[in-house]
Parts: sequence; structure tokens; C-alpha cells
Amino acid sequence: MSKVLVVTSGKGGVGKTTTTAALGAALAQNGQSVVLVDFDVGLRNLDLVMGAERRVVFDLINVIQGDANLAQALIKDKRVPSLSLLPASQTRDKDALTSEGVAKVIEELRKKFDWVICDSPAGIERGAQMAMYHADMAVIVTNPEVSSVRDSDRIIGMLDSTTEKAKKGEKLEKHLLLTRYDPQRASRGDMLGTDDVLEILSIPLLGIIPESGDVLRASNVGAPVTIAEPESAAARAYMDAARRLAGEKLEVTIPTERKGLFDWLFKRRVS
Amino acid sequence: MTFLSNMFKRRSSAPVARDRLQILLAHERISGGDGKDDLLAQLHREIMEVIKRHVAVDQDKVQIKLDRGAHCSTLEIDVEVPGLTDVAPGAKPTVAAPQAKKA
Repeated sequence: MSKVLVVTSGKGGVGKTTTTAALGAALAQNGQSVVLVDFDVGLRNLDLVMGAERRVVFDLINVIQGDANLAQALIKDKRVPSLSLLPASQTRDKDALTSEGVAKVIEELRKKFDWVICDSPAGIERGAQMAMYHADMAVIVTNPEVSSVRDSDRIIGMLDSTTEKAKKGEKLEKHLLLTRYDPQRASRGDMLGTDDVLEILSIPLLGIIPESGDVLRASNVGAPVTIAEPESAAARAYMDAARRLAGEKLEVTIPTERKGLFDWLFKRRVS
Repeated sequence: MTFLSNMFKRRSSAPVARDRLQILLAHERISGGDGKDDLLAQLHREIMEVIKRHVAVDQDKVQIKLDRGAHCSTLEIDVEVPGLTDVAPGAKPTVAAPQAKKA
């Protein structure tokens, strides 16, 4: 039974694309077949984060308009064979995302993959609505920061009212992924804590991704963090989140960096 | 000494963020975010309509303050009522209250 998952947030820059890449790769690394669909028409970036920017020939809009078929547009990942990418168009307009066209593409992808992961653009406009419309589940990416939490609340409202599931009166599974979390700042009371955000948004917690330089390093080299730095705290947090998505019951913890004494001494010296 | 007192005085900001969000979102959830069904916005509109019916109101001389609290919100509309000569024909000057408060 294939699942359509939307990764959304409302606010930009909180880590939607990073999360799409990392969760998708983690699911694929666990043996599932996964396709990542970039809905950010005009500002595509998933191809870049996945390191596939030079392999894009056709895109989602080409498929919707019939200029290419799905098999031609899908880019297979070279590192994880069960992972594919359907890039967004960089040049076209968001209006090219027709409801019928998107419905048809999602339907076709459902038949081919276990997971269809839609990377939503920021905002609440057409692109974001199209990305969430067909979703069975949603991952709401939130930073522990007031503007991000507010926008997430708005997006949760939209997920509950404007999606296909909502219109049919069915339940759309929603999961909160807290990213860029700094446990030290939270324990000092200078950052919203996990409990605060959960209390405000009241949806189940999928995972906590600690703020980490490994995430930036991974995107620099064009690989999901779970592939580029699999031992890092962020990668382990994403791996656990992917297992929870797949239905495993795992206690949510915040992975910490595994550091040797030498690393620790060295780090202290430079800072 | 200053260092020590600063250390003890410094209050954490996360609880402030949480409280602000809870109040804001309580309001936004009711209105669906677009303010259309917001009671206070509606009150504001209708109160202004009533005042305009009786007084020629200069928009620059109307001050509107809104304070949304957790338990109680206030909408304060302060209208500078012009002299009797400016009163719209047929209106009773006593009707135009200088200040309308609604909790």
C-alpha cells in the first residue's frame, strides 16, 4: 500500500527540502521504493540538495503537459537504487500545476512506489496547496521559533480543511518534525522547548533534528545527510524519524554527537 | 557584582514566546487566519458605521487600539467628535459617544 506524504511548513528556510531528501533517502536505505517530488515550481532546489542538478532533463510540468512521460522525467539516485526524484520546473509558472495534471501524476507514482514524498514550497499559495492536496500523511517541519510555530499552525489548519482527505471527511495523519533544535539553548530557557511546541500545535512528534553543521556539509556536496554523514546526530535523528513514519514505535530522543576526547579537546581549543 | 546580579536577573525568553504564541493562535484559529469572522474586526466595522451615520468623521482623528489577551480582549475606538456645526443633518449630537469600549 503506497503512501503519499507531504513535507510542509508554511515558513521558508526551516528545512523542508533537507527533510524531504533525508527522510526519503532513509526510507529508501531501509529498502522501500521512494520518489521525491519537488513542487517548488520556479525555485526548485531538491535536485541540488540531492546532487542531481546536472541530470535534470524533464520535469513535473513537462509530465503534466504531456511533453514527456513519467519514466523519462524520473531521475534514479546513483547511491540508493530504490530512490528516485521528479524535479520541479525552474522556468515555468506555478499556474502550470493543474489539479487534474497533478492528480494524474500522483496516481501514476502511487502505482510505482511505496512512498511518494512531496516537497512543498513555502507559503500557502497554489504550489503548497497542490503539494498537500493528495497527501495521506503530512510531516510539518517546524523550528523552535515563534514565526515558524505560527505558520505551522496555519498549515495544520489548511491540512485539516483543504486537502482531498479532509474534503472526504477522512483523517490525514500529521506528524511534527522539530528541526534545528539546540538542546542546550532550550534547557537554558532561551529556545522554545519540545513540550512547548507540542503543547501549542498538539500533533504527534515524529522526531527532533538537532542543529548540526553536518546538514550543511551534506547539502554542500549534494547528498542527503543520511547518506553523506550517516553517523552524525542529525542523520541518526532522521533515520529514527523514517522508522517511525514506517510504523515502528520508537521513543523520541535527541541524538548527540559522538565525539572522542581528541575532538572534544580540539573543539574547545578553537572556540 | 554586576555579573552576578545579571545572572540572577536574566529571565528565560522561551516561556514568553510560548505565552505569546498561545494567545495569538487562539485568536487566529477562530478567525481562520483571514480575520473575516473575527468578532473584534466586525465590531470595529459596525461601530464605525454607526458613528459615521451621525457624525462626519475625519479618518485621521479616529484612533483604534486593539489588545488581544488570553481571557479578555479590548477594542478601543477613540473618535474626536467635531463641533456641533459638523454634525450630519438629522443626527442627535448626544448619540455620538467619544469613546466606545468593548471587552
